[in-house]
Amino acid sequence: MDFDLSKPQKLLQQSARDFFVRACPPEKVREMMASGAAFDDALWREMADQGWTGLIIPEEFGGLGLTLVDLIAVVEEMGRASLPGPFISTLWAAALIDRAGSEGQRKQYLDPISMGDLKATVALLEESADWDPDAVQLRADRDGREFRISGRKDFVNDAAVADLIIVVARSGEDLVLLPVDRNTPGISIIETPAIDATRKLYSIEFDNVSLPESSALAYNTRVREALDASTETAMIALCAEMLGGMEWTLATTVEYAKTRQQFDKPIGTYQAVQHQCADMFLMIESARSAIYFAAWALSENDPGARLAVSVAKAYCSDAAREVGNRGVQVHGGIGFTWEHNLQLYYKRAKASEIMFGDANYHRDVIARKVIDETE
Amino acid sequence: MDLNLNPDELKFRDELRAWLQANVPAPFTGKGGEEEKGEHFDYLRAWQKKVYEGGWAGLSWPKEYGGRGARLIEQAIFTEEWARAEAPQLINVLGLSLIGPTIISAGTPEQKERFLPKILSAEEIWCQGFSEPNAGSDVASLGTKATLDGDHFIVNGQKIWTSMAHVADWCLLLVRTDPNVPKHKGITALLVDMHSTGVTVRPLRQMTGDASFNEVFFDNVRVPVSNVLGEVNKGWSTAITTLMNERAHLGTGIYVQFKRNLDQLVERSRQIRRGGRPVSEDPVLRQKIAQAYMELEIFRLTNTRALSKMHNQSVPGPEGSILKLQWSEYNQRFQQIAMEVLGPVAQLHGFDNGQWVFNYLRTRGNTIEAGTSEIQRNIVAERVLGLPKSY
Repeated sequence: MDFDLSKPQKLLQQSARDFFVRACPPEKVREMMASGAAFDDALWREMADQGWTGLIIPEEFGGLGLTLVDLIAVVEEMGRASLPGPFISTLWAAALIDRAGSEGQRKQYLDPISMGDLKATVALLEESADWDPDAVQLRADRDGREFRISGRKDFVNDAAVADLIIVVARSGEDLVLLPVDRNTPGISIIETPAIDATRKLYSIEFDNVSLPESSALAYNTRVREALDASTETAMIALCAEMLGGMEWTLATTVEYAKTRQQFDKPIGTYQAVQHQCADMFLMIESARSAIYFAAWALSENDPGARLAVSVAKAYCSDAAREVGNRGVQVHGGIGFTWEHNLQLYYKRAKASEIMFGDANYHRDVIARKVIDETE
Repeated sequence: MDLNLNPDELKFRDELRAWLQANVPAPFTGKGGEEEKGEHFDYLRAWQKKVYEGGWAGLSWPKEYGGRGARLIEQAIFTEEWARAEAPQLINVLGLSLIGPTIISAGTPEQKERFLPKILSAEEIWCQGFSEPNAGSDVASLGTKATLDGDHFIVNGQKIWTSMAHVADWCLLLVRTDPNVPKHKGITALLVDMHSTGVTVRPLRQMTGDASFNEVFFDNVRVPVSNVLGEVNKGWSTAITTLMNERAHLGTGIYVQFKRNLDQLVERSRQIRRGGRPVSEDPVLRQKIAQAYMELEIFRLTNTRALSKMHNQSVPGPEGSILKLQWSEYNQRFQQIAMEVLGPVAQLHGFDNGQWVFNYLRTRGNTIEAGTSEIQRNIVAERVLGLPKSY
């Protein structure tokens, strides 16, 4: 038994850490968040050169064919750097295409995603802001051999930079998955400014957008299955990203507590401050246990994987916020400023807490499994 | 990362499982609920003897001292199987998990020969005399003193919170042998016969009503010099060895016990009705039960992670330092949730054998015993995060 990253995984993680320290320092993050779409094409290309855009994509579609555990080792470092841009969105879309698409569709989309030539996102949520696919109302009505889409999607990450948008819509009673080119006539992408400027949110309006029937990835129950599975993949990656962010916050806070002097001593000498830091550490290591296990369980198709993912997301959602709270508190006034980089991580933590359902949402999933399904 | 057991580990598990199936006695039903008294004590002592004869006592001890030389993962499997089989605890737990290993590492050949076999067989029960009324978290400030008189030490002083002292035959006792040096440097560890003249044990009743701790008074107790464990005035390092033997695998047993409590609560939540529906359908309490499940699961995983690190690298990883905080604080939160789920019946000594009211009160001790939560956080801050010492 070995409940840890393997040696090669640790090497991979170290190389990712070194990469982002160089390629994505905080100044770069601020520069990107001030730009329109919080995206830098050169950085994305460099990440693609490392193979990370296709890290878990099968080799036959140009990816590295590695496991989810390998993936989270890298994504943790993206979180430590607070990397802006559509990595999680593209990962989610790729996992969805991989699950739902035909051989031809997988080839069509996954190859360029692996190469870094295609960025993607998933448009699931609507005005109801419900993560349950059953809540999807957007119409994609059939008109001969075409679908016609009219209506709106909300809370879509990275839509302004995604070349491809996978739209979850309803055709008759059925759910349907439709990959749509961002530049298709009739599509408007509207930024909805939100708490995390490093990963922007958009509404997408569809005005009688027509798509060939053959473009659909999947219908009905297959949509549901593919959405569930791909969301689990994206969610555990998001959790790993949150973990990296928490680690940055703790390291920065401990460093500050060692150097900031009050009453002629470093404030880290005082137990009131020490215990805040110890709690942050406890939350981080707890999160790590939950995330590593869920990633392993998913990669092994363990029957407990779904529950493990909800455990991880419920825990990380609360922990990432709370680690941020403690970090700001220990920093005092400087931690509350725009100038200090804590704010970048603090805001990312809140947005990530909400993404794919917060702790309440996932505790509800857990309750169904441990109370209702054990009866 | 691979969380599956390997073939050797599976073989060990199957062998143990079969032995437990054939040997675990029927639950104790006689008089006296408290485990360290009367017939119940005899029952537990007989059980440990059987375990010893079956070759399963002292699992982690080296084979030359009558143990099994089991590696850490096997110890965790052992604890887990033990709990699953609902096998009674081993009564000489302090001897097996703390004192025996300390004698193995610091004792003379004569001490090893004299004491170790009887720890394994529970023929002699042990207690640990560290804490004093004025030396709790700061154990090294202890004041019980021992003065040399020929080939004996004369011991005077008081210990407190001493588990098992009322049934113990022997005590690993920390005493001050040199008051004129820094506090860590004047401490000696003695192996003291609890039947000696001058030893008085007074049970301490806890808020639960049970008396599983004691005060122990030493009044001119004579201890032969040959019963010094390790060296005179080097007792602090001996004590540290003992404290380090508070093994990570203990967490596995705690987990199984806590999981059983949680499963029981979920079962009860379906039966108890409030506001015209089962409590299990109350959205607020469902959230709380789910939170408990999540926290307990994360404790299990962190414990496994710590074990795996120890097993593969022989050094404890930083994750091990949060286990005590995780389980003790979880258990307090869980017992409160249980009270809320169960409602008014929770407070009754007659409901579910009084286990909920007992556990609710007992958990207050969890964040105090074996290092308070404050001390645990100090340790994380100083030793793991490298913050300056606060005292």
